[in-house]
Amino acid sequence: MAIEVRIPTILRSYTDGAKAVNAKGSTLEELIGDLESRHPGLKSRLVDESGLRRFVNVYLNDEDVRFLGGLGTPVADGDTVTVLPAVAGGAR
Amino acid sequence: MLTISRELVDRIVAHARADHPDEACGIVAGPAGSDRPERFVPMENAERSPTFYRFDSMEQFRVWREMDDRDEVPVVIYHSHTATEAYPSRTDIGYASEPDAHYVLVSTASEEETPFRSFRINDGVVTEEDVKIVEAYG
Repeated sequence: MAIEVRIPTILRSYTDGAKAVNAKGSTLEELIGDLESRHPGLKSRLVDESGLRRFVNVYLNDEDVRFLGGLGTPVADGDTVTVLPAVAGGAR
Repeated sequence: MLTISRELVDRIVAHARADHPDEACGIVAGPAGSDRPERFVPMENAERSPTFYRFDSMEQFRVWREMDDRDEVPVVIYHSHTATEAYPSRTDIGYASEPDAHYVLVSTASEEETPFRSFRINDGVVTEEDVKIVEAYG
């Protein structure tokens, strides 16, 4: 078993076009580290020095990880992590 | 070119007018690979701001999963500018994250008319495209 990570269109260049990839770890931070080892470059699209990038949404199963524990959120085999770029913009 | 039904154009404009002076936002979903906008999904602007919009993250999750289940994609992503022209701002370009979507902008700056324009935004490059409004899809 592993954790399924669903990848949005704009980041599929890092996963050879795959819509979902498997990764492992006991926290979201470890999971992202594992993803980076298999798909170099992905990590910097998800996090910066201060944590999760502001305009990337990451969900553990049905919850936004911002409402859980951010990068420290525990994850386990069988979970699904979904990455969606925030849809945002505006006149300024 | 964006081909879109008059009914959908009217609904997008009505949403923008209803939320004025805040920016309104939403999508029109359509079958994957069809490039045909069909299902109107107005979204909440979590920022409730006259100068910024952001989809509510949980609403976005539900809507994106529903599209996945129905084999749809966001063919159109729309929002309004309420005091400026219907052209992508630097913010819009910076956050654009759906390279296959038609980014529709409407402006509610004037009470008399509501400009409706469509753009592709890819890797920071904006390309305006023609909008063809049809009564029904052939």
